Amino acid sequence: MKDEITPEDRVANLKGMGSSRKRVEDVRFTQGKGNYVDDIKLDGMLFGDFVRSPYAHARVKSVNKEAALAVPGVLAVLTAEDLEPLGLHWMPTLAGDKQMVLADGKVLFQGQEVAYVVATDRYAAADGVEAVVVEYEELPVVVDPFKALEPDAPILREDIKDRTEGAHGPVRHNNHIFTWEQGDKDATEAALAEADVVAEEMIYYHRTHPCPLETCGCVASMDKVTGKLTLWGTFQAPHAIRTVVSLISGIAEHNIRVISPDIGGGFGNKVGAYAGYVCSVVASIVTGKPVKWVEDRMENLMSTAFARDYWMKGRIAATKEGKITGLWCHTTADHGGFDACADPTKFPAGFMNICTGSYDIPTAYLAVDGVYTNKAPGGVAYRCSFRVTEAAYFIERMIEVLAIKLNMDAAELRRINFIRKDQFPYQSALGWEYDSGDYHTAWEKALDAVGYDALRAEQAQRLEDFKAGKTRKLIGIGLTHFTEIVGAGPVKNCDILGLGMFDSCEIRIHPTGSAIARLGTISQGQGHATTFAQIIASEIGLPADDITLEEGDTDTAPYGLGTYGSRSTPVAGAATAMAARKIRAKAQMIAAYLLEVHDDDVEWDVDRFAVKGAPERFKTMKEIAFAAYNQAIPGLEPGLEAVSYYDPPNMTYPFGAYICVMEIDVDTGETEVRSFYALDDCGTRINPMIIDGQIHGGATEGYAIAMGQEIAYDEMGNNKSATLMDFFLPTAWETPTYTTDFTVTPSPHHPIGAKGVGESPNVGSVPCFSNAVHDAFRPFGLVQSHMPHDHWRIWKIARDLGLHG
Amino acid sequence: MSKMHVKLTVNGQEVEGLAEPRTLLIHFLRENLNITGPHIGCETSHCGACTVDMNGKSVKSCTLFVAQANGADVTTVEGLVNEDGSLGVIQEMFREHHGLQCGFCTPGMITRAHRLLQENPAPTEEEVRFGMAGNLCRCTGYQNIVKAILASADALNAQKEAAE
Ligand code: FES
Ligand code: FES
Repeated sequence: MKDEITPEDRVANLKGMGSSRKRVEDVRFTQGKGNYVDDIKLDGMLFGDFVRSPYAHARVKSVNKEAALAVPGVLAVLTAEDLEPLGLHWMPTLAGDKQMVLADGKVLFQGQEVAYVVATDRYAAADGVEAVVVEYEELPVVVDPFKALEPDAPILREDIKDRTEGAHGPVRHNNHIFTWEQGDKDATEAALAEADVVAEEMIYYHRTHPCPLETCGCVASMDKVTGKLTLWGTFQAPHAIRTVVSLISGIAEHNIRVISPDIGGGFGNKVGAYAGYVCSVVASIVTGKPVKWVEDRMENLMSTAFARDYWMKGRIAATKEGKITGLWCHTTADHGGFDACADPTKFPAGFMNICTGSYDIPTAYLAVDGVYTNKAPGGVAYRCSFRVTEAAYFIERMIEVLAIKLNMDAAELRRINFIRKDQFPYQSALGWEYDSGDYHTAWEKALDAVGYDALRAEQAQRLEDFKAGKTRKLIGIGLTHFTEIVGAGPVKNCDILGLGMFDSCEIRIHPTGSAIARLGTISQGQGHATTFAQIIASEIGLPADDITLEEGDTDTAPYGLGTYGSRSTPVAGAATAMAARKIRAKAQMIAAYLLEVHDDDVEWDVDRFAVKGAPERFKTMKEIAFAAYNQAIPGLEPGLEAVSYYDPPNMTYPFGAYICVMEIDVDTGETEVRSFYALDDCGTRINPMIIDGQIHGGATEGYAIAMGQEIAYDEMGNNKSATLMDFFLPTAWETPTYTTDFTVTPSPHHPIGAKGVGESPNVGSVPCFSNAVHDAFRPFGLVQSHMPHDHWRIWKIARDLGLHG
Repeated sequence: MSKMHVKLTVNGQEVEGLAEPRTLLIHFLRENLNITGPHIGCETSHCGACTVDMNGKSVKSCTLFVAQANGADVTTVEGLVNEDGSLGVIQEMFREHHGLQCGFCTPGMITRAHRLLQENPAPTEEEVRFGMAGNLCRCTGYQNIVKAILASADALNAQKEAAE
């Protein structure tokens, strides 16, 4: 017998899809051998640092560099005036707007970049920043998006004042960016007018920040001899950065090499293009030396990429039995001083139109108004797919508000409104085609798992004890059923800067049967080197351990749109499977030739092609790989490699059911999450260990957002939360422990049925925590109280409800 | 700015160099010595990414001048690998239990866990959570970090027992 191991062993040896394969990245990371941007050290490297505005709105009257240039070690100070001849004092944003690289006459938010100091080391650069003298003239500040639209509001963007058309259609005010409308307004208003019951509420999703542990940074190195620019940076989309750099700098794209090394977390923070990148490139061109720029934490929280800040006014209509008949939403979106959202071009409010959620809502209407204020620009997808988390929070709060109005159990209200399994593919009232789902099954499984009825009974008992003066603690039960929309996206309707949102994978099989794969995405902790190798292993039958994975170098990786919006698995994962299948198709021909049978007479079996009906006659993939390089096979080119550019036919729609139980101290406002149950359905599961890790991490971000994390401004536009003292990042101490669970509803259009999972827990957990807080106070009449639910705000809820006696 | 001479032991090796009086230990480690395991996440003592071990205590190297470490015995995550170059117990347990994702907090976490398990060789889950509260992680939600540290405690105690 040539082959003694069992088919099961052969499958196990591959460590392919479904196995909790240990991560290959960790051997480096656990011994401090990662290679992050700030670890890069080049000969003669200089450091850049910014002078930033202390004011939220001011005219810049002068910038005096003299004293700074006299500081030992300081080599140059760049201002807008220096960048103007190069046309680089402004840069395009991903949202069709433009943004100042360095203050051009005025500043629009506190922390805005005014001048860039280049010095021999970071201490000298900081000294230089101190020595630059800027003269400002303060202007009236607007931090409230509603006030920004009042007729007498100050004009923020003088560069585009009095325009009537914006990047997304007509505008009606100097501070108005766009109106985006979806759905049927008249039909929805009719449904509201005819309904038995209408609940109306303003739901605010406050401004926050992705705050990855590593801040943003880059190293730019212009080689004057070859004319080639190399740019290392914390980029979630290296190829898009290359194209942007080429377009705005005029350097030919083939002369630019962008490299994303290891990235210390992204969560949306590292999608955009920032002033630091542009200034570092210019500084490297000017000085002929490599230039490093790494923002500090305060700069990170003040200037790069906030998230959310959506005021969502909702109306939901239902029959008295609780069947929802219509949903209306008007959102006022605070975009800050520039519109630098990172949404696909045709979606200025991202996928906010997924706000009908998991429910079969026959008519709906959504309008979003984008507004300029004196706050930092951004509006990124903080571990979510383009405003999906805003949409999920909105609908999951509206369901609770409706349940109160109907005096109904919120679990039951969800149950009677879920899209049924047999309705998929489901056409939503706001224009999406949900690929697959089985919400009722997931919901029942979740309610059973937590013992929902017993929990409600315990809660009722606690309430009685509270009223009888026996306890000062209430129980809140938070429910959420969310539907995500990820994997942007079909090129026909999704692009960024005109670049279609496909993704790519190139696989090369080496003669000895090992392989290298390169992708257009970039891992920021998701473990791509581990999981994508698993996909290939299952598809072509070579062990995952023998497959190297590379991402993030634009000179070697095929063009891709990067990693955000949970798009890596749905899009690049599909490209990976498709490239692997091309290899397998060629391998089939090679195997048939070697076995001297017709192509159709061999069949695939785990790691080999075997002759149909004669399984003992086979060629393993390893043997085939060698043959591809050493045999002259008639009609076939030598070699074994393939590349695939995958344009997904649709988005994928992961979903989940989350339930949390929270203890709330009415007198102190303190909360304790007693349990958190998370059921996720992400279709086919590639690596269960990594999925669980993603859920723990995303839910912890959600915990932070719901319970305390906020980018807050005072009326002068001062950022009140720009250090980790004020910006809440939970520690191990207060972070809940999560119980994870799953159902599997594969995506019908994805080659391996996978839907993506990284962002689901952020999308699902925020409403779950928030609903728990609201639920605890529901018996006392609380309908809506805005996040974040920190101790003080919860204490205030209790006080306002008269619970402090 | 005039420079001063500093001399300290890092991961068992004597090192020396010139530094400004204001130079922070983290910058001296990362830039002068090329020891880039300890990271910078905040520079304000909140995140713990820069945690190193100094004279038997966990310290945040972003908030110490290298001058204060003159003559000190410093251990970083690089110093926790076994002599043969294989991963140390805590490093191995972080890998085994998926206690890291982006890896940016990991060197600080592991260095802190190393000290915690000497302060308290058999901690409860609660004690681990409390003892690690000076180190922030944005990726893992801590659940697997806690698991990895509890498993490390078991493994280290078993090693100790076997040696006795
Ligand atoms: S960098 Fe030292 S505690 Fe954050
Ligand atoms: S693994 Fe990314 S911060 Fe901890």
